Amino acid sequence: MEKNPVDKHQIVTSNSWASLRRHTDARIGLGRSGISQPTAPQLEFQQAHARARDAVHIPLDVKQLKTELMEAGLQSLLLHSQAEDRATYLQRPDKGRRLDADSAALLKQVSEQQPASDATIVIADGLSSTAVQRHAARVAAEVDRRLAAEGLTRSPVCIVQQGRVAVGDEVGELLDSRVVILLVGERPGLSSPDSLGIYYTYNPRVGLTDAARNCISNIRPAGISPQDAAERLLWLVRESLRRKLSGVELKDESGDAEALEGDGRRNFLLD
Amino acid sequence: MGYHVDIGQTRYAFPDLKTLMAKATPLRSGDCLAGIAAENATERVAAQRCLAEVPLKQFLNEALIPYEQDEVTRLILDTHDAAAFTPVAHLTVGDFRDWLLSDHASHESLSALAPGLTPEMVAAVSKIMRIQDLILVAQKTEVVTRFRNTIGLSGRMSTRLQPNHPTDDPAGVAASVLDGLLYANGDAVIGINPATDNYHAVTRLMHLLDEVIQRYEIPTQSCVLTHVTTHLEAINRGAPVDLVFQSIAGTQAANDSFGISLSILDEAHKAALELGRGTVGQNVMYFETGQGSALSANAHHGVDQQTCETRAYAVARRFDPLLVNTVVGFIGPEYLYDGKQIIRAGLEDHFCGKLLGLPMGCDICYTNHAEADQDDMDMLLTQLGVAGINFIMGIPGSDDIMLNYQTTSFHDALYVREVLNKPPAPEFAAWLEKMGIFGADNRLASGSTLPPPFAHLQDRL
Repeated sequence: MEKNPVDKHQIVTSNSWASLRRHTDARIGLGRSGISQPTAPQLEFQQAHARARDAVHIPLDVKQLKTELMEAGLQSLLLHSQAEDRATYLQRPDKGRRLDADSAALLKQVSEQQPASDATIVIADGLSSTAVQRHAARVAAEVDRRLAAEGLTRSPVCIVQQGRVAVGDEVGELLDSRVVILLVGERPGLSSPDSLGIYYTYNPRVGLTDAARNCISNIRPAGISPQDAAERLLWLVRESLRRKLSGVELKDESGDAEALEGDGRRNFLLD
Repeated sequence: MGYHVDIGQTRYAFPDLKTLMAKATPLRSGDCLAGIAAENATERVAAQRCLAEVPLKQFLNEALIPYEQDEVTRLILDTHDAAAFTPVAHLTVGDFRDWLLSDHASHESLSALAPGLTPEMVAAVSKIMRIQDLILVAQKTEVVTRFRNTIGLSGRMSTRLQPNHPTDDPAGVAASVLDGLLYANGDAVIGINPATDNYHAVTRLMHLLDEVIQRYEIPTQSCVLTHVTTHLEAINRGAPVDLVFQSIAGTQAANDSFGISLSILDEAHKAALELGRGTVGQNVMYFETGQGSALSANAHHGVDQQTCETRAYAVARRFDPLLVNTVVGFIGPEYLYDGKQIIRAGLEDHFCGKLLGLPMGCDICYTNHAEADQDDMDMLLTQLGVAGINFIMGIPGSDDIMLNYQTTSFHDALYVREVLNKPPAPEFAAWLEKMGIFGADNRLASGSTLPPPFAHLQDRL
């Protein structure tokens, strides 16, 4: 029988190797209470999961997004996919890939009134409204500025609620746009709830697969900056217009060298 | 040939066996997405009652995916062992459930029966079983495999140490490997998902893991989870390949979309066997599967996702794998919507795989857009522990920072060891004790400081 209360600093077994976290974001060296995760890391995990859940489920504030785009000098149209709500969106990817009837009618109308453009920027909430809310207006502005500098014409930015990646191709087809640039909230991880992706399609039309698209992923403060993403995208746009294609045949050679870098830090276990 | 059942005044009719199987499947979003699920709960139970009356022999006569069109169907039917099937050949699906639950089904009789069962028979009976049935029957089986240690012995559970890193940084990977070993994980395999399929990056990881295993004389095996053709290239160029990995599915068309066929797997299997790197056995393959993969590849032929999954086990069975891992919650809510669907799917996969004679493990996991959380995973983990799962994943703090999903943590494995008294593989348990990670009682001894065999790393901390 323990008569005296145990010193609270001796309840949790800490790990001296927790300092190795400087090498990785992985949750190493958490220590243990008995054999279980101590209270602090347990609640940190729950916090991270809550952030990721909210990124998926909190609706995109489209009014705010339209305002930010407006402030950046970008007109926008508000569209909706065939997925009427989040539950449908999550269970029916086919519906998130297509515009609803009103949205399609609106784009047909726009297309009749305006000449076809070279490029259309589409913003879809995807799986992280947090990512779109935080980064999409800035990324769109960076991209639009560079497209303008290339002498390319642009349609109004199309915001698609409950939209998946492929919905951009329908938008581009209806507007008869040569290329489509879709910004989308990526599947959130615990350490990256606000990651934005860009998908690029040349000659967009309904029914294309991922093989016809190029992707720039992980746009967020701890990942790729809006400026770097826009630069890489413009490289793709130029190459794509020159070669008249996109997707697997248009490899992003600007990023190839990076795959093998990072040799600087060694496997210290063999020291 | 059609099927029907009369319930009260209503006749429920099903045009063929694959429709009947799909309608009888417990609700999951993937079958709804495919448009093949039961219209409502009543039709589902009607289908289950109808399926219970189907003779097991019927599955040898009516292929769900035509023999001429699909090499997995041909594999299943051409390798069926009629003699092994004899003890249950006269039974219906419903009778078979009763037989499995009875004392006629023992460890010995189930091992002998396995080659006589087809995936479709096993999938069918699982559809009319409750979770406790899936656990009770699975617990009677024992599937043991060996490479550098002995995995799957009754009363034990192994773990895959999964040290993923978003840029494959050697120091980052090493940090997770060390943490995992000090938490007594890694006897099933130290297996990393590479961030790229770049050949040089992949082989660098192969060398890294191999050197750690040799340096610390760990009785385990390594694997870099890249495409089977990359493994073949690595073997041909002399890289240290312990286990050959590949994701597999239950239809030829889905496997085609993965860029594989039975003949490619056969070639890789033979190449890995020739290396002879196993010390206590020669199970050299590591396969991953998961419900929904065939539908995702638009290659399901109108067959429900659980039956497609079980057919993947026929592919695995041909190559005597060390490990088969159903990655149950990774695919997302369009296939398995919530914790309830993920939990049932995990237990079905384990049950079906074990009945077919496979060394089943489970990546007990979920993504952040599924309606699931840690409580759901704890339930599946506990239930699979009771059912006798061969191995689970182990990752730092449940958070895979490369694949952006949550799976079981190093601590989770210790929880199962504690509440169910499940030590790791015997060779690995002995190593843990020798290294001062375990005390003499198969319980964690290490903690605040590095155990003596790792003390030289102190100035790296």
